[in-house]
This record gives sequence, C-alpha cells and structure tokens, in this order.
Amino acid sequence: MKTPAELKYTATHEWVKEDNGTYLMGITDYAQDQLGSLVYINLPMEGDAMTAGEAFCDVESVKAVSDIMAPLSGTVTEVNGELEDAPQKLNEDPYGAWICRFEAEGEEEGLLSAEEYAALCEKEAK
Amino acid sequence: MEKKTVLYDCHTALNARIVPFAGFLMPVQYTDILEEHMAVREKAGLFDVSHMGEIMLEGEDAVKNLNHLLTNDYTVMKTGKVRYSPMCYENGGVVDDLLVYKMGETKYLIVVNASNKDKDYEWMKQNVSGNVTLKDISDEVAQVALQGPLSDRVMEKLTDLDTLPKKYYSFKENVDVGGICCLVSQTGYTGEFGYEIYCPAEKGVQLWNMLMEAGKDVGLLPCGLGARDTLRLEAAMPLYGHEMDETITPLETGLGFAVKMDKEEFIGKKAMEEKGEPEITRVGLKVTGRGIIREHMDVLKDGKLIGHTTSGTFLPYLKGAYAMALIDKSFAETGTPLTVLVRGRETACEVTELPFYKRGE
Repeated sequence: MKTPAELKYTATHEWVKEDNGTYLMGITDYAQDQLGSLVYINLPMEGDAMTAGEAFCDVESVKAVSDIMAPLSGTVTEVNGELEDAPQKLNEDPYGAWICRFEAEGEEEGLLSAEEYAALCEKEAK
Repeated sequence: MEKKTVLYDCHTALNARIVPFAGFLMPVQYTDILEEHMAVREKAGLFDVSHMGEIMLEGEDAVKNLNHLLTNDYTVMKTGKVRYSPMCYENGGVVDDLLVYKMGETKYLIVVNASNKDKDYEWMKQNVSGNVTLKDISDEVAQVALQGPLSDRVMEKLTDLDTLPKKYYSFKENVDVGGICCLVSQTGYTGEFGYEIYCPAEKGVQLWNMLMEAGKDVGLLPCGLGARDTLRLEAAMPLYGHEMDETITPLETGLGFAVKMDKEEFIGKKAMEEKGEPEITRVGLKVTGRGIIREHMDVLKDGKLIGHTTSGTFLPYLKGAYAMALIDKSFAETGTPLTVLVRGRETACEVTELPFYKRGE
C-alpha cells in the first residue's frame, strides 16, 4: 500500500497536498483498495463549502456508496471533471487522480503524516 | 457464530474477501467484482454455492405434497427435469423461491436459499401429509456453479461431455467429474450458460481444485457473492428478500409464470384469488440521468410516490446503472420516465424491458 511521504492524510483515508497556497485532495491507495472498483463519483461543485471531517462528496462501487470527508475546512475552487466519466482513475492512480482543489480556512489541523497514516492502515487491516 | 462451507480454506488461500452471509462466512470477491462479472459473461467463472440448502422429499405422496406446498404444477414432469417455484404462506406472501429436481416418480430434490433453509424446512414439515418423508441433507452436500460460455471447455477436461445435461433446466445424476460422482444440472443464477454441480461434502475441495485447474487456460476466475449479485440482477433474476418476501405475492413481483392458478389447490391460492389482479408489478429501470440507484429507494412519477426499488447498482456488462422496482402498474409501460429519490435528490430514469441482459443478444 503506497503512502507517499510528501502528502498528508486523514484518518478517514483522504490525502492532501499543498500546492502554491491551495490544496489538492483525493482518496488514498488503502481507501481505493478497500472500496474496490469505483463506478461513479458524485463530485463537489466549485464554490462548495467544506467542513473538516464532514462528507462533501461521495464515490460508489458496485456494492456501496461511500462518503468522502473534507480534510480541512475551506472552499472548493476547482474540480477534476475528468473523473466524472472515468471514476476508475481513482483506483488506477489514487494519488494522481485528485478530486478537487480547495482553499483552506485557517490553520492546517489534525492531519496525519505518511508514517502516522501507514501505521493507522496497518492497524485497521488487522 | 457463522458456519463455513467445506470450501472456506480454498477461498482464504485465494485471498478472497470474506463476509458473513445467510449464516455462512462467504467470499464476496476474490480480485474484483467487475472482473469476475466479465469472466462469467465472456469466459467462465466458478462459484461456491455450498451454502444453499438441499432438502429431499420422498414417498408415494411426493407430487401431491409439492402441488400443495408450491405454486407451480408438478403433475406433469419428466424425471431429470428441474422446475422453479415460489412457496407461499396462506396469505399469498412468499416463504421462499426454490428449484425442484425430479429424481424419480417418488423422489425429489429441493434446492432453497441459504438464508431461508431452516424456515423452509420447518414450513414444509408442518404442511406435508400422507406417505412422504422430508430430509435436510444440506450439510452432506457441496455445490459449485460453473457459469459462462466456455463452461464446456472446462468440463471436457474432467468428464465426457455426452454425459452432461443437454437442456436448460435438466440434470443428470452419477456424472463422473474427474472421478467424483456428481449430480450436474444445466442451471444457474447468472443468465449465462453453465452448470451447477453437486457432490458429497467431503469431495467438495477436490472438485473445486480440479475445476480451477481445468479452467486455467480458458480464463476461468473464482467468483464471489458480489459478482453473483450483479450477474443475477443483469439477468433480472429475482432474489428473495429483495424482489419478494412474506409481504409480496409472486403475482405482484412478476412470477405469474410459476403460479398455476388453475391448479385445484395450493397454499396461498385463496388469498391470491381474493386479492384479485395485482396493482403493482416488477419493472426494470435504467438511469437516464446521473448516478446509481440502489435497493429500498422511492420511485416517483411527477413527484408522487408510486413504488420502491428492490435491487439496483452499476451493471458491469451493460456499463450503466439499472434497478428493479415494484411499482404501481399503471406506470409500468416501457419508456415511461420516472425518478428515483437518491439521498434526497431525484435521479432520472425510465422503465425498460426485463431482462436487462439476455444471453446471445
């Protein structure tokens, strides 16, 4: 299971990457593996408000729908529309297939380092 | 505590994801539901269905009892044939749906859903009469389903194809499959060509391993309950607890072909007669908007509730979102635009013909 060192993570299996003052986010390799082949993404919209730890979009596999949580509070500024017709990219390249770009409000809080996140996944997998 | 089928260790050795289902620990997927689904449509797939229940009904009055217990008619049936039927309560609601194998004039094998087996057996015991015996032989039997267009290419390595049943819904007993004495029926729950193979429980692992090996070069994949569900839905085959349950009569869920109202008597007939022509029916829905519709969602026509979905997801072969639904039959015409309420939002769909997928089309 890949957990790139340069990214930060949530306990709910999202990744976050700082990029010139804004953030990109997506779901982790562990998440995509647990969810199985994704067949639909209900993307957020530009301008949507995000509240840290609350659902703001969702993905669906054949078996189930799963919420994606906001890693930080803020506002969606750009959406990766490519995923709309190709949700399988979330499985194929979880760290390349970003879901949205957002501007965070206030400080970065409560995110996990790659090391901390990898330890959490290991615990969950048991 | 969940039970394990005799093939449990085969599944864990293949790294299957295991889930509790109907009192058993069963594989939901080995690699990927989409991949397993496509293997069955295009090549072959192997399923452990040993969790299914098997009940033997024997005796001089066997036919009389089948005709009393079940909605279908067993009066005229050849040995070696299989016939589907719902089994109903007095109120017309469904106890279970099942397959009856005629092994002889006085000997029948009844195959029932795992989740209902104990309930079915109790119901049958309470309602049989005359010279007949019932025996639950589920623990003595292992059952696997080999499904897919290349099933014969797998079977020919283990058996003489001439010894296999040639017609859909027929079976052969004492078929030598790689040295194991099996009952083989041309049946399945995928809408695809294939076989269901029954053998003594203690031979199950050997049978599974031989089939896996024989299927290697045709691309056979082990398939879990996930693919079993998407395959049966694509083929619009009803599932107990979804398209029918104790509150729905078989007539209301489009199973009228297996309800012989002209039979003199069967359990549930009176209630169905009193209810008259059903007001609801089972339809197919195809999503024309965006999103996926699933079971237990409200179906609306111009904002008015007209029914609910019973099963639904993204169908891998058809590559679209589909569902089955029980709705007011005045909106059941193919092409009727409807909406389904998905987490508070209306998703556009239209009534489409069942089955969604038909072999060879």
